[in-house]
Amino acid sequence: MTESIISNTEVFADDTPIDLAAELSASNVTEILDKLDRELVGLKPVKTRIRETAALLLVDRVRRKMNLSAASPTLHMSFTGNPGTGKTTVALRMAEILHRLGYVREGHLVSVTRDDLVGQYIGHTAPKTKEVIKKAMGGVLFIDEAYYLYKPENERDYGAESIEILLQVMENNRDDLVVILAGYKNRMDRFFESNPGMRSRIAHHIDFPDYSAEELLVIAKLMLAQQNYRFSADGEKAFAQYLPLRMGMTHFANARSVRNALDRARLRQANRLFASSGRKLTKLDLMTLEPEDILVSRVFQEGKVDLDGDEGANAQ
Amino acid sequence: MMTNHNGIVTQGQFSFLPPLTDVQITAQLKYALKHGWAIGIEYTDDPHPRNTYWEMFGNPMFDLKDPAGILLEINNCRKTFPHHYIRVVASSAVRGVESPTMSYIVNRPKKEPGFGVVRQESDGRNIRYTIHSYATDKPEGERY
Repeated sequence: MTESIISNTEVFADDTPIDLAAELSASNVTEILDKLDRELVGLKPVKTRIRETAALLLVDRVRRKMNLSAASPTLHMSFTGNPGTGKTTVALRMAEILHRLGYVREGHLVSVTRDDLVGQYIGHTAPKTKEVIKKAMGGVLFIDEAYYLYKPENERDYGAESIEILLQVMENNRDDLVVILAGYKNRMDRFFESNPGMRSRIAHHIDFPDYSAEELLVIAKLMLAQQNYRFSADGEKAFAQYLPLRMGMTHFANARSVRNALDRARLRQANRLFASSGRKLTKLDLMTLEPEDILVSRVFQEGKVDLDGDEGANAQ
Repeated sequence: MMTNHNGIVTQGQFSFLPPLTDVQITAQLKYALKHGWAIGIEYTDDPHPRNTYWEMFGNPMFDLKDPAGILLEINNCRKTFPHHYIRVVASSAVRGVESPTMSYIVNRPKKEPGFGVVRQESDGRNIRYTIHSYATDKPEGERY
């Protein structure tokens, strides 16, 4: 906790003026919230929820200064949503927000999955989980696909031991770390049903909606701009056609699928440039994705997903 | 010669000062973490100055960002070995090996009997001196 939060015994008059705006600008949280707005397309409900949470924490911080608050708020969260909807990115921002508001000391994010927490033999799990927790202290522990921790079909599974340790730490070391669980909505719901202890210790459940085709197109353009590529006007139209087709198919992983599709388009572009060796190329050619780079996709040809490079929903 | 004003073992840093509080330990841990040093917790019930290698309490901790986790381990160790010497060792990898850069005692027995001088008469009228911890007269685990 920062010094400002350390409680003192001073009693403030009921009409002590509070300057929330000054408090807000002092914490620099708006900067991150704006960054979140700018860099993440769509995700309206998520952004609203995060703004609300930030407001709650800010008010809580001011209340502490006035010696009004008792226990520190529970900050553990669960992010549910389909793959590629930006859970990890938002978790990263969340860590920064919590750090700026003084709820975690360092503000780093430790991202783990079942493999990092659960051991392979008796007595292996506890030290492994504890080591991860120690690394995450002062920051945020992000457990991706958290429902894999609990395997009801195998009662000798060591995942339960890991959950037990996590629960204990989530309760006793609330000041030291914040745990964020992430995963598919329905599987997380089942996970919480079978682990009521976990559910009750998590205050904020944030659901990440799927992106619409328009949003995905904006994302695609952002991604390309980051890599110094761009669509030609026709290329953009072709990609806009591609998106709804791809969205209807199996293993659609939102922004991640878009990234994979763009990677394949870049591959085809490189091949096209190579094949057209007779022609004089310009810098613009190196940057531009033409419709033929996209229309060759098997999504158009056979109504099937390109398997090369598209690991689909289960990959990172 | 082997006694000091507090009647306690003085090894490592800060050992002439009053025992460190948890807040002070946290500040020292922060300093070590800031430099990227790995931190280990070690314990022993044989505080002879030549006893360099103490038992490790768990593995040394690498890549930590915050002292809270280490303090947790220190308190675990205190709970497990309330009457042992416990020290915190920080090691720097700058030279290519993990070389100790900090070492200080964070837990010690309530009563420390100290050391005695043993004189051995050897050839001629020569005397060989050695020091001997009174505590080690008892077997391991029953010393303090």
